Amino acid sequence: MIKIEKLHKSYPIGKGALHVLKGLDLHIKEGEFVSIMGSSGSGKSTLLNIVGLLDGHDTGNYYLNGQLIENLDEKKAAILRNKFLGFVFQSFNLINYKSALENVALPLYYQGIGRKERNKIALQYLDKVGLKDRAEHLPNELSGGEKQRVAIARALVTNPKVVLADEPTGALDSTTTHSVMELLKEINREGMTVFVITHEEDVASETDRIVRLKDGVIISDEKVNKKVII
Amino acid sequence: MFDLDRWQEIFQTVRKNKLRTALSGFTIAFAILLFTLLFGIGNGLKHTFEKQFAGDSQNSIFIRSGKTTKPYKGLQSGRQIQFRNDDSKFINEKFEENIQFFSPNIERFAQASYKGEQNKYTVRGVYPDYLPLESAVIEDGRFLSVLDIKNKGKVIAIGRLVEKDLFGNLSAVGKNIVLDGLSYRVVGVFSDPGGDNEERFIYAPFTTLQGIYKPNDELDRFGLTFNPNLNVDEAIAFSNLLTKVLKEKHKVDPSDQSAIRVQNYAEGAKNVQQLMFGLNIIILFIGIGTLIAGVIGISNIMVYIVKERTKELGIRKALGATPNSIIGMIMMESIFITASSGYVGLLLGVFALEGITNTVEEYGILNPSVETYVVVGATIVLIIAGTIAGFIPAKRAASIKPIVALNDE
Repeated sequence: MIKIEKLHKSYPIGKGALHVLKGLDLHIKEGEFVSIMGSSGSGKSTLLNIVGLLDGHDTGNYYLNGQLIENLDEKKAAILRNKFLGFVFQSFNLINYKSALENVALPLYYQGIGRKERNKIALQYLDKVGLKDRAEHLPNELSGGEKQRVAIARALVTNPKVVLADEPTGALDSTTTHSVMELLKEINREGMTVFVITHEEDVASETDRIVRLKDGVIISDEKVNKKVII
Repeated sequence: MFDLDRWQEIFQTVRKNKLRTALSGFTIAFAILLFTLLFGIGNGLKHTFEKQFAGDSQNSIFIRSGKTTKPYKGLQSGRQIQFRNDDSKFINEKFEENIQFFSPNIERFAQASYKGEQNKYTVRGVYPDYLPLESAVIEDGRFLSVLDIKNKGKVIAIGRLVEKDLFGNLSAVGKNIVLDGLSYRVVGVFSDPGGDNEERFIYAPFTTLQGIYKPNDELDRFGLTFNPNLNVDEAIAFSNLLTKVLKEKHKVDPSDQSAIRVQNYAEGAKNVQQLMFGLNIIILFIGIGTLIAGVIGISNIMVYIVKERTKELGIRKALGATPNSIIGMIMMESIFITASSGYVGLLLGVFALEGITNTVEEYGILNPSVETYVVVGATIVLIIAGTIAGFIPAKRAASIKPIVALNDE
């Protein structure tokens, strides 16, 4: 689903350049639940931005759904994002003057789906995250956990290939963190590829595979031993 | 082009972001309102001037005679200069090319009566050419004819107010008025843009009055209009030459200002034209100034709006909005707000002008109004300005990488 080969990325800083990603190789298959662990400055956010087509890379290859990503202009990137990727952000990034339902329906608007149809679909996904009764509420009328559920519903509404979550629980307390992670797990169980970025061990340990990043290189990549519930 | 869904999206942003909608809408509406008011009042001033100077034809010249004040060629000062019929002939022949209308003129103050109603009026003996000289217009019947001159007919054309004084609401045409004891038939009624005084004149055939009031071939003054193809300077040169030639003929010192007096409206017209030109420039300046203020206002607000929305635009981009759809959305919103609030400002301005018409007319500003095409043009200018002002930051916002936009706080 996501295949990265010798990926390099640096940012210009003053006259020099900050080399953030130093030749990453990563392969994520369909249906995996992967977390990228690392402290701040390890390059994990940069990696997510590149994978999420929010930012470009310098050298190396990136295949999304078997398609080589190169020479993307903004328009193509926007269409690919809309089609293949769903985003969940740390700060939720809901549009504050739109109701929960409208926020969830927005990606469908950019697919050219009519109002009635997209509201119907959006309501189904709100129901899936347990917020059907909150559909008409504005983001500032929702709790942090509820906001993130809305954001997850929005990420899912286009039925993407991959859900990318950048510190999805960074702004949540431990109880809501747990319930949000349960929701992501459930989504994964239904077959969705989920790609989480976090610096919290607890969160990473809920996933199936942990990739540890330090100073722009992968230092470990291991499957998590699932505890068997007796 | 018309995409209902797109408009619904825009209506929602407009409705949900009342402050910025109000800000930009107010700027535009206020600019158009001010523009309409200032332009309208400027136009009112213009109308006032036009009316003040509308009394006589803009290319008319009047020549009067008086007493000499300087001795000349052995003749003493204090000599009365008297125009005669041969002067008419002389002027007409000598300046045929430059003269458009020409009429010698006799003037008397006469007692007029009709069935017991009576009043004193200025009676002028004129030729048919005199009507256009005064810019007067026949309202009823006809003016004096060549035949009336030839036959020394006892016929008159009277001003609108003479008719009103003597006949009330009845028509005067065909009735007889007694002037200084002699009966004249009214053949026509005229109006004159010069105002009430000019509409209290009575015109009779020149030959008729000369026969009654003058011992022989004497006359009082000349009125003429010069060829309208002459420009102001040529017209002034023409009237100077006319003065010089007449002074020579009557043996008047060329520097004697009172024996033969030539009153040329061209000089006045020149001043008025310059004044009007100046006024037009001022009006134009005010108009353009107001528009520029509006353009700057709307540009600032558009920049602010796009800045404020950077994060929202980043979210939209992350969710699949293409750069073009971002630009389109901002521009359509901007056009929608400028067009609708421009229209509101236009309506307010026109109503406000209507409202102040009576008040400002007391201060001599007549009929303050604006041509529709001017206001609509101004609104279109602001819409285009708003569009361009929206386009530049929208394009920049659309080209910001979504990740940068998302980090914007």
